Amino acid sequence: MRRSLFGRTWPNAVAVVLFVFFVFPVYWMVATSFKKDTDIISTTPVFLPLNGTLQHFTRAFHSQGFWTLVLDSITVTSCSVVFSLIIALLAAFAVTRMRFKGRKAFLLVIMIAQMAPWEVMVIAVYMIVRDSNMLNSLVPLTAFYMMMVLPFTILTLRGFIAAVPKELEESAMVDGCSRRQAFVKVVLPLLAPGLMATSLFGFITAWNEYPLVLVLNKESAQTLPLWLTQFQTNFGDDWGATMAASTVFALPILVVFFILQRKAVGGLTAGAVKG
Amino acid sequence: MTVQSEGVQTHSPSSGSAGGPKAPVLKRQRSGSGAGRLSKATPYLLLLPATLATLVLLGYPAVKIVLISFQKLNMFELIQHTTVWNGFQNYTDQLTSGEFWHTAERSVFFTLANVVLIMVVGSLVGLLLNRLGKRMRLFLSVALILAWAMPVVAATTVYQWLFDSQFGVADWFLSAFGWHSMAHYNWFSTQLSTFAVITLLIVWMSIPFVALTMYAALTTIPGELYEAARMDGAGMWKSFRFVTFPALKPFFLGTTFLEVIWIFKAFTQVLAVNQGGPDRLTETLPVYSFVEGVGNQHYGVGAAIAVLTILILLALTAYYLRIILKQEDEL
Repeated sequence: MRRSLFGRTWPNAVAVVLFVFFVFPVYWMVATSFKKDTDIISTTPVFLPLNGTLQHFTRAFHSQGFWTLVLDSITVTSCSVVFSLIIALLAAFAVTRMRFKGRKAFLLVIMIAQMAPWEVMVIAVYMIVRDSNMLNSLVPLTAFYMMMVLPFTILTLRGFIAAVPKELEESAMVDGCSRRQAFVKVVLPLLAPGLMATSLFGFITAWNEYPLVLVLNKESAQTLPLWLTQFQTNFGDDWGATMAASTVFALPILVVFFILQRKAVGGLTAGAVKG
Repeated sequence: MTVQSEGVQTHSPSSGSAGGPKAPVLKRQRSGSGAGRLSKATPYLLLLPATLATLVLLGYPAVKIVLISFQKLNMFELIQHTTVWNGFQNYTDQLTSGEFWHTAERSVFFTLANVVLIMVVGSLVGLLLNRLGKRMRLFLSVALILAWAMPVVAATTVYQWLFDSQFGVADWFLSAFGWHSMAHYNWFSTQLSTFAVITLLIVWMSIPFVALTMYAALTTIPGELYEAARMDGAGMWKSFRFVTFPALKPFFLGTTFLEVIWIFKAFTQVLAVNQGGPDRLTETLPVYSFVEGVGNQHYGVGAAIAVLTILILLALTAYYLRIILKQEDEL
């Protein structure tokens, strides 16, 4: 391969520019949250906040009801993800390992459901929840978030289950396991990375959801996305506190994404059928 | 009727020699019709929770939005809990109003511009990832994953800060590099500049998915194909045109339509960046439906706009949906 010096360096140069483009907003959020007020409103931006401060975080943490909101967000997100995992696991197993009438129809419905435009259905959801006197509660929020991530969870888990060799299950059944035992003892452990990968995306969707909670929970039982947008309206030009709030909100996702991303992709059952 | 599980079906013919596998077959025969009926019902029992959830939590709202769209449902009716049907009134009102058509046109162009940008730049970044050395690829992937994982609401807030007219770093950057009239420019004062910020935000958030998926797809193309193309005298463009593109056609098709769907219904970014302003000039259809329905408490009108939005989205993605429906045989 003969490539000129230019031909060898330009991809790297472009990569560096792209790196800056994609990282900068995230960096700027974190950097601003640690800056002193005088550095935030300086005419020449301070790119490295070396003499930082934690006062913005203190303000964010002490804003009214912050810890309740954190708890609400965690509850809603984890409950909806766990419920959708359980329901999806049952459905995905049936769809991948069994042949029955209506299987294709079910899959088609799920594929369409995955594209459901929730953003424009908030009015209907609002009416339904209001008519059952459940406004300002975490229960409907959890249920609808569960539904939002369910189709994706089913379709992804289907792929992961299909990747587990059927022979493993069969040999367990030969050894005297019932179908259910074979599933719990053999298939489920192998599915762990798949479950993690799937829950990651469910976690992100539920943690981020904004339109529904905006309409349903105007008075109480709110979650962090709502807090963040209101925080900004309430604090106006206090960018230090707003960025600290954004950092607090984004950090769990960024961390979880980085940890799980590698595990999720990692070899699924690489040697499980070796003999 | 062959409504049994595959696992059991494949047992008897494939592994008859072992002797062991006979056991489950025998057991099935002995336990008779009871177990047979049970195993017939098993898949349906397993699908029951998912089906119920979909019907109640998605099917019902979908029907409800259509029902509401045929009602006069303002604050009064909402408080009184009364149902006032008004036929196609909401629809005729919308379809004859200039505002609806302006918003629809805006939405379509906004979607088009974003999708083209995302697909072109995303594919180029994907190709670049494929060309980079191992270390640089990891370096760039980290940046892409960061942007990808960034929560929408947090990203929106950060972009408001980046493009702040007083202390925003974007204005400083533009003026420092010679475009002096951009110092303290208020991005949220005109329609075009607000859309520019929203577009940049959406493109920034969406490229990583396209680029990383594209890269993953590229690694599945065997290198021999490129070698053969090079021996036939194909340059960079030709080997893309005749090797990469045909191999990745399903990827391009699927991703483009997914992006169309995601961007057409993008709500949080458009609403949170500038609340649809200035003068409601950056409202896209989902935001318009929200502002009319929930904001101005004309729920019937909002629902009609929502239904029309869904219909436009269906029309935009009809081609892709047809392909999905045709795939049925391969499911």
